[in-house]
Amino acid sequence: MPISIELTPDIMREIILDHASSPRHKIVPSEEGYLSMHSSSVNCIDDIDVYLKEDGSGFISDARWEGTACTISTASTDILCDLLIGKKKEDALYMIEQYTKMLHEEEYDASVLEEALAFMNTSKQAARIHCATIGWDAVSELLKEHHHES
Amino acid sequence: MSIDVKKIRADFPMFRNGIKMQGHDLVFLDNASTTFKPDSVLEAVTSYYTNRTSNSHRGDYDLCYDMDVAVLSARKTIASFLNSDWKEIVFTSGATASLNLVAFGYAAKYLGPNDEILLTQAEHASNVLPWYKVAEMTGCKINFIPLDEQGRLTVENLKNTLTPSTKLVCVAHVTNVLGYLAPVKELAKACHENGTLLCVDGAQSVPHCATDVRDLDCDFLAFSGHKLCGPTGIGVLYGKFELLSKMEPFMTGGGMNAKFDMCGDVNYLEPPLRFEAGTQNLEGILGLEAAVRYVQSVGMDNIAEHERALKKYAVEKLAATKKVTIYNAESEAGIVTFNVDGVFAQDAATYLNSRGIACRSGQHCAKILNDFLKTVATVRASFYFYTSYEDIDALVEAVTHCKEEFLNAYFN
Repeated sequence: MPISIELTPDIMREIILDHASSPRHKIVPSEEGYLSMHSSSVNCIDDIDVYLKEDGSGFISDARWEGTACTISTASTDILCDLLIGKKKEDALYMIEQYTKMLHEEEYDASVLEEALAFMNTSKQAARIHCATIGWDAVSELLKEHHHES
Repeated sequence: MSIDVKKIRADFPMFRNGIKMQGHDLVFLDNASTTFKPDSVLEAVTSYYTNRTSNSHRGDYDLCYDMDVAVLSARKTIASFLNSDWKEIVFTSGATASLNLVAFGYAAKYLGPNDEILLTQAEHASNVLPWYKVAEMTGCKINFIPLDEQGRLTVENLKNTLTPSTKLVCVAHVTNVLGYLAPVKELAKACHENGTLLCVDGAQSVPHCATDVRDLDCDFLAFSGHKLCGPTGIGVLYGKFELLSKMEPFMTGGGMNAKFDMCGDVNYLEPPLRFEAGTQNLEGILGLEAAVRYVQSVGMDNIAEHERALKKYAVEKLAATKKVTIYNAESEAGIVTFNVDGVFAQDAATYLNSRGIACRSGQHCAKILNDFLKTVATVRASFYFYTSYEDIDALVEAVTHCKEEFLNAYFN
């Protein structure tokens, strides 16, 4: 759902805390057919796996994750899963690219980021950029890897 | 004698220069990780490049000779600091290299499949992984001495774990996460009665309390310069001379051989030069000597007393907030390991950063300890002789607001 209200610090905080305290997609798939990718950080204890399922026609039908993660990596990965479900792979990669640009204070297309805009100021805490991108980088790698395969 | 922190800080550019972090005056509470350097250390380092550039034991001219004299002087200063002989002081790149030197130079040569090395769960990675490597190379076993319920290493537990096959015990004098002081003298006695050598990781102890290797009777002791106000990339291995004499060089090259021929016959120099192949970190050696002289001038007992008082103050004030779990209230060192209740350690450390306070979060390189602490991560505040009570007040004030405000770091 596109966000039409103004993103105040309070709203951004609400979004992050909501996903950090009750992540919707933090569950290992029990069925077959998921692609997965492991990602961990050398600088902290974030250590996660991401799981993607495709529907056969280029759309992502499910996205999940599991692992040990701080508030920022938990919320950012969970929001990513929210945004991935129902997207075409190309659109997902475009969205991830815009998010990465936002985190690194480059020009970006805000129209595709929805709740992920809550992380627009993460660059203020430079040491934590990797927390906000750990899941996003893993999904990007997974999509690109699988794209080459297919 | 109590330490005048304000006066001491005048010697340190990192304080004098009014360094800010996130717009706040810097509160540096990560001294178990590294420490600031006083002017005398910087002057010693730069003097190598501005007045004294030359290689050691490489030439016949005065500058070279003077450098040889300077390196020997540094070795003697450090030997006196530890109460050892200068021939027992090997320069390395730091505690990690020192421990690796014992692992590859001694253990890999003398241990076999029927032997055992004992460690504890509280060791830093640099006092675990080299021994794992030795086990891989020699087939020896690695076992762990159980810690008591507080996380402390006791002589009793060592005695109960030693076996006839234990050849080496490798433990920290002060552990880097919890800050317990090991009873090294008693451990050494128990080891020696069992025919076992004791290798001590002194990275967290040598900078903070007086170390007398003859009194402790440890066989090896490693420490790093940068945790003792010295430069990075320089450290020391102390080893009893007869043990160093039995050791293989970990690296070979110039400056450590007496002579060699084309048939492969090589005569190595005696310790400590045998272990110092290639051009040494000369500016580091000069800087380390200056650092040792500096902490000696402050007084090792004064440093220990100041840190003990800071620790007591920090534990009382933090506990009074009722917002933290402290994991090592009873330990001797100036290290407080805690979590802000309801806040993931790394989030708490980021919040502290946003208030200009430098603390470490995570597993602190002692990853196996987390099984013992029953938490995946902690925040560590660690002090030195230049740490003030105001620094701790800033930490306590921040911790008080941490749970409500920790995400502000990303928005304000």
